[in-house]
Amino acid sequence: MIENLQLLIDVSLLAFLVLIVFASIKMTDLFVVTMLFGIFSFVSALLFLDLDAVDVAFTEAAVGAGFTTVLMLSALRLTQPYENVKHRHSVLALFIVILTGAALFYGIADFPDMGDPNAPVHQHVAPEYIQLTQQKIDIPNVVTAVLASFRGYDTFGETVVIFSAGVAVLLLLGMGQVKCKQEPEENLVLWVVVKPMIALILIFGLYVQFHGDFGAGGGFQAGVIFASGFILYSLVFGEMYARRVVPAAILPRLAALGVLIYGVTGLMSLLSNKPFLDYNALSSDPVSGQHLGILLVEAGVGLAVFSTILLIYYSFSGREVKHHA
Amino acid sequence: MHELLEHYNYWIVVILMMMGLYIVIASSNLVKKLIGLSVFQVSVFILYITFGKVTEGSPPIITDNTDVYSNPLPHVLILTAIVVGVATTSVGLALIVRIQEAYGSIDEDEIHDMDDKDDFHIEKQV
Amino acid sequence: MMIIDWISDICLLLGGILTLTGAVGLLRLPDFFTRLHAASVTETLAAMLLIIGIILDTGFTLDSAKLMLLILIMIIANPTITHALCRAAANGGNTPEMETGNPLQSSSQTVSQSSQDKQVQTETEISGKEPK
Repeated sequence: MIENLQLLIDVSLLAFLVLIVFASIKMTDLFVVTMLFGIFSFVSALLFLDLDAVDVAFTEAAVGAGFTTVLMLSALRLTQPYENVKHRHSVLALFIVILTGAALFYGIADFPDMGDPNAPVHQHVAPEYIQLTQQKIDIPNVVTAVLASFRGYDTFGETVVIFSAGVAVLLLLGMGQVKCKQEPEENLVLWVVVKPMIALILIFGLYVQFHGDFGAGGGFQAGVIFASGFILYSLVFGEMYARRVVPAAILPRLAALGVLIYGVTGLMSLLSNKPFLDYNALSSDPVSGQHLGILLVEAGVGLAVFSTILLIYYSFSGREVKHHA
Repeated sequence: MHELLEHYNYWIVVILMMMGLYIVIASSNLVKKLIGLSVFQVSVFILYITFGKVTEGSPPIITDNTDVYSNPLPHVLILTAIVVGVATTSVGLALIVRIQEAYGSIDEDEIHDMDDKDDFHIEKQV
Repeated sequence: MMIIDWISDICLLLGGILTLTGAVGLLRLPDFFTRLHAASVTETLAAMLLIIGIILDTGFTLDSAKLMLLILIMIIANPTITHALCRAAANGGNTPEMETGNPLQSSSQTVSQSSQDKQVQTETEISGKEPK
């Protein structure tokens, strides 16, 4: 019965996803398309939850549905919020897409059945990871263990990627300066309610950061949630006050500090004659060394992601609307 | 019917992928192209997570009374992919804002027309 | 514990029905503000009932304590969201359709259309509308 319920939820959520994308193809008003994309991200987060991917659902909800929607709305403020109706549909594109789709459908026939425990993907490394996590690292969340310890190099690369994105947005847009005094629009209800909500959001971000070893969570989700608190403050109370709370100049330095924390944790193992990012060398007992290494590394990731996300938001919101001459 | 249900996720993934690809190719508005790209990315995420699902498994968080866990490896890969996706989207949107400021429009056909007119103008001067 | 099971089932069922009602109202009602009214039923009452049903089902554990905190946050945040939406629509010039005279238009302060630029201009607009 429970298995059928999972399948039923799976089937209906996927059908919703197709309907949402179909609706967003038809729409020309880009605000509507942005909101539909936010709904798409939320429904796909629910789908990930149904497929037992709790960390992924968390990240998709925070990043895809939360931050990307705000980012697209900020970009639409600086460009135009509608689409040119004449240039929308193309028969050649439809033909290409149908051809590619047919080829992919043909390839699907060889895929393993959904949920098959004997599929090739479950055979080699994955059972080892689950077993080794219990023996050598001893934290409940296997995904955090694999992310931070077994596949630590990839996560280091990802942290550098998000830092590079921050650098690229800085080069393109700059963080702007709020020149004239822009008082926020007066809204008593929002002002009163949002202040304790921001406190709750920040505490929740810290909780997610440090609880990532035991349940769903980790550095990425925590960084995004923590940045969302400040973005909410900036949206409700105006940029001028937000930039007084977190000055724009500190954010690139914090991002670099996050990447540096990650790298230095790896270097500490090199100093003890062990490979780069081998946490066993960080403490006398290998298991507590792993715990310390994962803690430091996730802190570095959280710091880098928080400052980069806030930096990107500052770049978009601080840009003045320039009308083309 | 049973055969369809076994591969249902994969069918929908291909449909979503192709719809995302269609949005990228067919629409001339740059923001909508980015949205289509994000749809394509999410469909690939769904494919990977479907691979990792084990029937009657539980999320890969070790507790005392579960035996079968879903595969944690695709989850790790997709976590990285989601963050890289948002990085790409933000750089893409920053580029679109600069294009808007330079050309005055974010419609791809209008931008190409303006570029062609500029080239023609420069050739005439030479 | 049969009573608690029954109450939990009733709460879940009622939450589902109210969600459906909200969805139908969102599609069928004529005006933005009436649709917002229908959607607010879903986001406050239906969500609360669903979570109360889950709490009664789970029993007294750490998870249900987290869910109770979630209910508290939802009670505060969701009506605020509805208020913010309504305020944004009214400031953007969307007025509700009414048969006789529009109370939003007579002697109120409205913010100018460019609410996306963060400068505030207040103007008092007094317009008399003859009731039909």
